[in-house]
Amino acid sequence: MIIAQAQNLESLYLFWGALLIGAIPSMFPPLTDKLDPAVYRRNMAALAQRSDAAAVFTTPDAAPPLREAFGAICPVYTSADLPDAESSPLYVPAPDEIAFLQHSSGTTGLQKGVALSHRAVLTQLGHYSAAISLNDADSIVSWLPLYHDMGLIAAFILPLVRGLPLILMSPFAWAARPAMLLRAIDAYRPTFCWLPNFAYNHMAARVRPADSAGLDLSSIRAFINCSEPVRHDSHLAFLTRFSANGVRGDQLAVSYAMAENTFAVTQTPIGAPPVTRALDRAALQIHGRAIDAPPDLAPDKMVTHVSCGKPIAGTRIKVVDAAGHDLPPDQVGEIYVQSDCMLTGYYRRPDLNPFDQKGWYHTGDRGFLSADGDLYVVGRSKDLIIHAGKNIFPQDIEAVVSSLDGVHPGRAVAFGVYDAAEGTELIAVIAEVETDDPAVRQRINRDIRRRVSAQTDVTVSYVELVERGWLVKTSSGKIARGENRAKWLEKRGLRA
Amino acid sequence: MNEAEVRQRLRAFILNEIIRDDLDIADDEGIITGGLMDSLSLVRVQVFIEEAFGVVIPDPQMTVATMDTLNQMVARIMKG
Repeated sequence: MIIAQAQNLESLYLFWGALLIGAIPSMFPPLTDKLDPAVYRRNMAALAQRSDAAAVFTTPDAAPPLREAFGAICPVYTSADLPDAESSPLYVPAPDEIAFLQHSSGTTGLQKGVALSHRAVLTQLGHYSAAISLNDADSIVSWLPLYHDMGLIAAFILPLVRGLPLILMSPFAWAARPAMLLRAIDAYRPTFCWLPNFAYNHMAARVRPADSAGLDLSSIRAFINCSEPVRHDSHLAFLTRFSANGVRGDQLAVSYAMAENTFAVTQTPIGAPPVTRALDRAALQIHGRAIDAPPDLAPDKMVTHVSCGKPIAGTRIKVVDAAGHDLPPDQVGEIYVQSDCMLTGYYRRPDLNPFDQKGWYHTGDRGFLSADGDLYVVGRSKDLIIHAGKNIFPQDIEAVVSSLDGVHPGRAVAFGVYDAAEGTELIAVIAEVETDDPAVRQRINRDIRRRVSAQTDVTVSYVELVERGWLVKTSSGKIARGENRAKWLEKRGLRA
Repeated sequence: MNEAEVRQRLRAFILNEIIRDDLDIADDEGIITGGLMDSLSLVRVQVFIEEAFGVVIPDPQMTVATMDTLNQMVARIMKG
């Protein structure tokens, strides 16, 4: 059962109602101002068809065109279509039945429904509650979208299962008015708040002094930084900006999480300031070794990484080399995860096995374990862009760009570029074009931005139009994202 | 500051800081709905307007519907 609503009470009731009658609910993002409505409906119809959905619930204005796009795939309802029936009998599931799906981002083919059992979800909530020492006096504030694991698990299911108050707001409203989160903390005195890294920058830079003056943020036991790479500078900016509002270093916690593990994999201790390590940049980036930088090393030869803490109970992690062999502490490799709260599988995708033969899930993230067992995430081996907490497949963007008039088919590449001011990766696109005509190049540049936004709901920050043959290809003839990214960074005088 | 100056400074900010390219933006072109800028950046515009022109635009007026084009932004700034 797909729920495609704005973030409102109705969507919460629908999700919980579906669980109670034994349906398998899944939250889907709503249509935005940028997205092309036809593309949005087509994507949702494809998802419904692939996952064999029984019904879609949406808003009255969205329903008629959705019904048209869906045809016979499945019915599209609004709450007005629901009869005032007697309550259905409550369904009592077996622990290993699927409770709900968390859909990853990505368009057709790349999108996967992470299927989580009741057992996995409740096990995760138990372990995670212990990791953050959650108690009956706690309450949670959130603007996070519920179609994302951090919002769905930490800021919806966790408080409901534990019977704790939740102050929930719209992600769109918060993005436009970041001070509303701070006002809610001042007014309701919540104790936990999960945020992706960019949110620390967004609030530090964009909340006007007049909008934060006098607000008390000291009730928060932990702002938990999660779902995109954690940056020390983002923490510092937030701390500096809001120290007058009672924000302290010991409120800044970190978690490494993924939908495949229901949510959290690691968590730092609550009530302790973040642990950081200043490392030799070259040793880390070139040799994959975490070597603490000597105090006299020039700042530009250093990179500071923030610890994500230790695995929560029931979860094990290891860091392995390319051959899958365990690496010793301080050596960078791929992070593998194994736990008692993992996904059952990808829904209706028997072709995809999430686990290796020994039951490990390969995250595609790169990092190292320090000698004391703390995990540091330093990059990723998979081609994925994380922009403002949202996972974006470069393939989706490249497909759009490649199809545009004036771009050589198949001669486009997309990747993420970390931006220190925004605290997140921005999206860059390079496309090979034939023309030198400034007017035509303007048109192509604009088309790239418009169509990527309309079809994938993400904004491209850099467009580079290059001549035929500029893009580096692999020996098998594919466009090499990493190499082209490095070539472009050098061209623009930016650092990797 | 007259309207032409406001328009010129605002356009320069959006091109240099947000779009990062020298595009010809039409005065009535949808900058957000056209995929050139996202709603997070709209807050940057709000902060810039306050710093550059001393005009405080309340949050509820900073929406995609009311601030999508240069014309809309300039008209709002000129109201003070």
